[in-house]
Amino acid sequence: MSKTSITYLEAIRLAQQKALAEDPRVFIYGQDIGGFGGAFKATKNLAKEFPGRVLDAPISEDAMVGLAIGAAVEGMRPIVEMQFADFSTCGFNQIVNQAATLHYRTGTPCPIVVRLPSGGTPGSGPFHSQSMEAIYAHYPGIVVMTPATVEDAYTMLLEAVALDDPVIFCEHKFLYYHLKAEKLPGEALPFGKARITRPGRDATVVAYGAMVHEAVAAAEELSHDGYDIEVVDLRTVRPIDTDTILASVARTGRLLVVGESWPWGGVAAEVISRVATEGFGLLDAPPQRLNAKETPVPYHPALWGTHRPTASSVANSLRQLLEL
Amino acid sequence: MTKSSTAAPEAKGAKGGKKKTAPSAPKGKGTVGTPGATVSKELARRAYRSMLEARLLEEKLAALYRSGKIVGGVFLGRGQEALSVALGVHLRRGDVYAPLIRDQAGRLAFGDTILDTLRTYLGSSLGSMRGRDGNIHRGRPSEGYHAMISHLGAMVSTVCGGLMAKRFRGETGAVGATCIGEGGTSTGSFHEGMNMAAVEKLPLVVVVANNQFSYSTPNDRQFACGDLMARAEGYGVTGRRAVGNDLVDCLAVLGEAVAAARAGKGPQLVVADLLRLVGHGEHDDASYIPSALKKSPLGRDCLEIARESLLEHEWLTAKEAADWHAAVEKEVEETASKVLREPAPDPSEEDWNAFSALGRNGEEAR
Repeated sequence: MSKTSITYLEAIRLAQQKALAEDPRVFIYGQDIGGFGGAFKATKNLAKEFPGRVLDAPISEDAMVGLAIGAAVEGMRPIVEMQFADFSTCGFNQIVNQAATLHYRTGTPCPIVVRLPSGGTPGSGPFHSQSMEAIYAHYPGIVVMTPATVEDAYTMLLEAVALDDPVIFCEHKFLYYHLKAEKLPGEALPFGKARITRPGRDATVVAYGAMVHEAVAAAEELSHDGYDIEVVDLRTVRPIDTDTILASVARTGRLLVVGESWPWGGVAAEVISRVATEGFGLLDAPPQRLNAKETPVPYHPALWGTHRPTASSVANSLRQLLEL
Repeated sequence: MTKSSTAAPEAKGAKGGKKKTAPSAPKGKGTVGTPGATVSKELARRAYRSMLEARLLEEKLAALYRSGKIVGGVFLGRGQEALSVALGVHLRRGDVYAPLIRDQAGRLAFGDTILDTLRTYLGSSLGSMRGRDGNIHRGRPSEGYHAMISHLGAMVSTVCGGLMAKRFRGETGAVGATCIGEGGTSTGSFHEGMNMAAVEKLPLVVVVANNQFSYSTPNDRQFACGDLMARAEGYGVTGRRAVGNDLVDCLAVLGEAVAAARAGKGPQLVVADLLRLVGHGEHDDASYIPSALKKSPLGRDCLEIARESLLEHEWLTAKEAADWHAAVEKEVEETASKVLREPAPDPSEEDWNAFSALGRNGEEAR
């Protein structure tokens, strides 16, 4: 990799390197992350560079998060790497019942970061493809980040480490290798602020993670038909930047929310609920959502490619929305 | 079955405890760690005092529950005070302690107070939990005193984390300790935490109070390994056995376990048989516990055994015992009266914010 081409994955590695270098309270704990450098190499060479601070964990997601919580209580800034977001369910109890409740119950903050390599890639199947953001965002006390760009992956991970609250960091595996930036950013949008990725006036697409890129591609496609589509990247799904969403809908009057995870009780449902309750008068058409199909994530690329929203299905949904 | 499994071939139970009451607990035959060597008069007196406080405080809690002053539940440690206090009294400031449901005695020995216990049970806004959590879910994590969650086994790895933090900072000499029942050893969390502690060779002491019933479920429906201490070998940690209702024996065994952990000898699993002399909570009449078991040596009240033992050792006089009883009773009554007059949490003043660094809508508070 050349220095002028930093991947999303490398940005995550570099953010961890910076956090380890600048803050002695930071350590990383996860399966195969030491000498091996992680299943995706997000910690490549870090164990060598920071001896004793990048530690292999047993296959014990519950205990991995429990250890992070206990260390955070004693003043550390742990980063836990789940090998895949899907396996975080095995640590679910510690995340939602201990990390999320700790400050409210006891007044002691719980500054942990749990990195979730999230979302689908071709051939990964039901247990290596899930998007868990809605489940964790459901619980008060947890911050859920879903970076969609190389720059955000870098700056938001550093923000996550600095934050005094538990953070579920949903880094998207589909973006790991193919998304590249020329250089790391010097500054970032404020924490919790959504980004207008592509300004427009005819309809708003709210998306996050890998779906931002599908939405932008769909918007490009519709631009050939003369439509001007605005794309809003949530960046964090909790807290959610309702103001930016409402301001966008005020400009366009039409809303499509795209999520890679399932629709039932999800982030798209939450966005539509907020716009319907707080911005009903801004809408010129019923708000729409596009999510994954309601089955487990299928293995075969032909099935997977239809299971998840794509530029093509987003464009179709937009065309329907524009005719409503 | 080995009585002291794996690594450290040390004494498992103290020799010479006056009452080896638990029938299923083999008498320790170790050559070190006799009570005289490891249990001092001062230690035994402190432990007995905390046991007494726990017992009388819990009797008050039960009365407050029956009179409708405490909502939710009341979960008592009657019959388990000796084992509980034996851990708490061996810990010191700087250690990490995550007590469980029946550890009122250990909590008081570690530094929790009658006042904060009553405030938490009664939901006083002045208590450490401020009405946000109640009863046994009480602690001050930033002071090394964790507030358990109800999900059993979860605190094992949490305590490991506290110990890892100290290791990262180069602090030595501290131990971590947590307690669990025999039922809690069936959880995945317990297993993961024990295994992790062993892999990291952490100075962790885990005390298993085998009170024969997990709520109502008897041990033959809970585990099939015969002796829970056999698990120590499987985890690669030191196993030790204490007679759960014998204070002097518990003090000796826990003293050895804590000292071994402190000395860098790795995790210690202490298993003790005993019987809870109350229901799971005050709502439970424990009718599932056979009366024969209640009448067996296992059902003997640890507080009575402790009192007799201290009197026999001449570590306590009968007059002192009576004076302590009266003093503790008075303190409990006076504290309860005070706390009953304290303000309940006011929903209109509650910030309703689960975040620490953020406002309740997620806005940055800093």
